[in-house]
Amino acid sequence: MTNFSDTSELRKYLESYDGPAVRIMEVCGTHTHEIFRQGIRKFLSPKINLISGPGCPVCVTPASYIDEAVYLALEKGCTLTTFGDLVRVPGNKQSIQQARAAGGKVKVVYSPIDGEKYAKEHPEEQVVFLSVGFETTTPSDVIAVKNAIRDGIDNFSILTANKTMPGAYNAMAASTDAYLYPGHVHAVIGTQICKDFLAKGVSGTIAGFTGDELLAALAITVKKCSEGKPFFVNAYPRVVTDEGSPAAVALVDKYMQACDAEWRGIGMIPASGVELKEEFAAYDARKKYNIPKMEYEHKTACRCGDVLQGKIKSSDCPLFGKACNPDHPVGACMVSDEGACSAFYMYGGNV
Amino acid sequence: MNDVITLAHGSGGRQTSELIAEIFKKNLGNEFFTADDAAVLPRPDGKIAMSTDGFIVSPWNYPGGNIGRLAICGTVNDIACMGAKPLYITCSYVIEEGFPISDLELIVKTMGETAREAGVYIVAGDTKVAGKGQVDKIFITTAGVGIIDDGVATSGRFAKPGDKIIVTGDVGRHGTAILLARDEYGIEADVTSDCAPLWEPVRKVLEVCPEIHVIRDATRGGVGTVLYEIADEAGVGIKINSKEVPVAPEVRGVTGLLGLEPLYLACEGRMVMMCPADKADAVVEALKGTKYTEGAKIIGEVTDTEVGRVVMTTEVGGQTYLPKPGNELLPRIC
Repeated sequence: MTNFSDTSELRKYLESYDGPAVRIMEVCGTHTHEIFRQGIRKFLSPKINLISGPGCPVCVTPASYIDEAVYLALEKGCTLTTFGDLVRVPGNKQSIQQARAAGGKVKVVYSPIDGEKYAKEHPEEQVVFLSVGFETTTPSDVIAVKNAIRDGIDNFSILTANKTMPGAYNAMAASTDAYLYPGHVHAVIGTQICKDFLAKGVSGTIAGFTGDELLAALAITVKKCSEGKPFFVNAYPRVVTDEGSPAAVALVDKYMQACDAEWRGIGMIPASGVELKEEFAAYDARKKYNIPKMEYEHKTACRCGDVLQGKIKSSDCPLFGKACNPDHPVGACMVSDEGACSAFYMYGGNV
Repeated sequence: MNDVITLAHGSGGRQTSELIAEIFKKNLGNEFFTADDAAVLPRPDGKIAMSTDGFIVSPWNYPGGNIGRLAICGTVNDIACMGAKPLYITCSYVIEEGFPISDLELIVKTMGETAREAGVYIVAGDTKVAGKGQVDKIFITTAGVGIIDDGVATSGRFAKPGDKIIVTGDVGRHGTAILLARDEYGIEADVTSDCAPLWEPVRKVLEVCPEIHVIRDATRGGVGTVLYEIADEAGVGIKINSKEVPVAPEVRGVTGLLGLEPLYLACEGRMVMMCPADKADAVVEALKGTKYTEGAKIIGEVTDTEVGRVVMTTEVGGQTYLPKPGNELLPRIC
């Protein structure tokens, strides 16, 4: 019997597994990055197929969103405040970086709350925060709007592309035998949703983020899959509780409502995003500036969508490592450190 | 004397003379320190090593040091990396108009103390004052020379398959200390810079292993960048075990939060050494017995496979490439 708390035993189990073939999708960019960083894929048994799902917020942000941001910077003269990763994501015409070179004002911040603070300190500028992310980051986007209301400022708004995980779990269920659920998301939304998916026959394990936690979660998932019955395991109980963070959930519910959302490379997933409610329209950049509808996405040879759905490995894309590399990303998966293609490239997925 | 630097301090007139007497000569003076146009020094035997380095760190004052200590250590360590005993240093200052004289004195005093600790003489200097906004507070350039013992020859090109790779202490402290001192991330942690003069540990190493192949200062770009540079220069592969790389828990905590790799954060008091395997234990022992290098460790070895790459055994026993050095994470760290 494998001792599931010993690193080398876990590794041996995952190396030598010879049961039925198993597909496991990790739905968290931090998991993707750590799995590559630790070289886990390289020692997994060929019977275990890991798929890097749509869990990196930058990677699933559609080109049309970048076009909207570029429009705000160049046509409306807004100051964009944003996380650094997003600056390099290609839009249909330009990246935000290119818009900055063309005279747009862009400031990299480390939190939406800093974006609001910047707006307060610069009343002469119209400041927009680029609000992308999942359940983990949406509460701070809401706090930024809440702060703007508290401070009585009217020069701050957010351009939302916030997404919610359950919609993705639903949409991707056919691509995998089990999910490696993102520990941080479930620390916020709790575990009930996983139990609901279990009732529909969708399996998964909530995983932590250290090498040992990932190995343990993978070994549990493989073992349960090989037994053939749907399952749900919380393998990150030191952080994830059943109820999650009710305060964060209530905060988001007060300001935001569900909406359909575009996922780069995958397409529209119904009710898989959140946007500000009508009563907060003054803080919704899309409404405030009446942004015209942008075309969804030009077709390129980039196969990020197929990578995110586990249909191909990054190295199978004709652009990988050639026209598309971290210095010149074509697809969003090559931009962020959390992107499947970027991690594959940096850590030598083929070593 | 006025309490801030003015353009008059750089004019060459009375205020300049006062500044030199009251700040520079008082703190840096020694038997070789010159008031003439150039220092006149004894002619050394054998080969000399010479180096120069500019310092523009922001903020100029940070936990564990300031730009003055950095400016001495940077040049002392560059010279020591060639197996040379550092002897003489010159310093050139560009100071922004309005910089407080008390701050300048603190910096210069630190330089004097650090030079005495490192056993080098500051022999000549220059001061210029730039108008407000033309430089950011203070920039310092130092240059230095040292003498090399016969038979000692170090270079990144000399790394050989089979060599053991040693770091002289925990990595990433300086970069982390600067990052926190900028206060842009809203993180507080007790991290001090590792900035230190390292000739003494190098001298001890040369006593037990005069044939050592590589000594390199892991400053900008950190240990990871040094490893890739050497893999490239020597045409070898490099294998390291990430479990053996020493990282202080507080540095681990900060880098974990920000998703940074400690191997790519700057050090200012750490060297990477490569020496024949049979001398590695003696080198580590020599380092462990010397101030500033007590935390020395063997972290890997040079190979003849995977040429030009750094392969890392990870915490869970996987094998990956250490990602190649990328964009500068933080500008103006040294």
